[in-house]
Amino acid sequence: MKWIKFVIAGFYFGFILIKSEAISWYRIVEMFHFQSFHMFGIIGSAVGVGAISVLVIKKLNQSVFKTQPIDLTKKPFQLKAHLLGGLIFGLGWSLVGACPGPLFVHLGAGNTIILIPVLFVILGTYFYGRFKDSLPH
Amino acid sequence: MEVIQNPWPWYVSGPLLGMTVPLLLLSSNKKFGVSSVFRHVGCALNWKKIEYFNYDLKNHIWNLLFIVGLIFSAVFLLQWVEVKQGVLSDAAQLYFNSRSILIEGILPISRFTWTFGKEILMISFGGLCIGFGSRYANGCTSGHAITGLSLLSLGSLIAVIGFFIGGVLGTFLILDSIL
Repeated sequence: MKWIKFVIAGFYFGFILIKSEAISWYRIVEMFHFQSFHMFGIIGSAVGVGAISVLVIKKLNQSVFKTQPIDLTKKPFQLKAHLLGGLIFGLGWSLVGACPGPLFVHLGAGNTIILIPVLFVILGTYFYGRFKDSLPH
Repeated sequence: MEVIQNPWPWYVSGPLLGMTVPLLLLSSNKKFGVSSVFRHVGCALNWKKIEYFNYDLKNHIWNLLFIVGLIFSAVFLLQWVEVKQGVLSDAAQLYFNSRSILIEGILPISRFTWTFGKEILMISFGGLCIGFGSRYANGCTSGHAITGLSLLSLGSLIAVIGFFIGGVLGTFLILDSIL
């Protein structure tokens, strides 16, 4: 039973993602052409709410959750990896018109053609693991 | 029924999307991200000769279950409820019309078909970049743009700037000439 909450959380995330239209290929193409505010509004307001909740949790960590604080550590800072990896990821995001979350939504929606980019995502992941040590981080 | 069938405006869906961050932090002390699941696929496929894929999958089951829920939501909303899509901006509609792309659902399936062509090459190469880039950057849109920026992480900000520069370049230099 302790696992069911993660399925529910994923369902919640997917539900909102679909209702926001962020899973739409058309919306991503529109966003990268700067033809609408829609996607920027979603990301901006999501981060706003996320940041405020993290701030609240930080305060709660000092009072309510003193014994078992919520882990708010950031990912390790790697300038080159974040920038170069980010550029490559962004390129892929624009060419597929979907990022990883929406890729799974397309599969659930029955858009089987998306299996092709998904297999290539796994291949790309393999390449990173394989050549990780020779890349600047 | 309308509330379920119609999309929600960004100022409703955006904040609700951001709520995923405290939801997972408070319920299970987890920071969410989607793309790491592809690393777990490599781990499950037993690519253990590569150190990057050699770890105990048990600690990451939650991430896989999150994806299961995500796929369920798509089956429910897009196959069963059949949620409608909102109206794109005039500029975007003009763009798609000029390239004879029909606006239908969430993907132009008449354009992305199971026949070999430049569209298939484009999404294959794109997928490769998504997999490689998200691992190199140590996160994707969910892990960096939503979770990372919410944590005010400088690294995530750099990654997100990279996402958008890469995305704009890919759109204007490649996508526009292929569609």
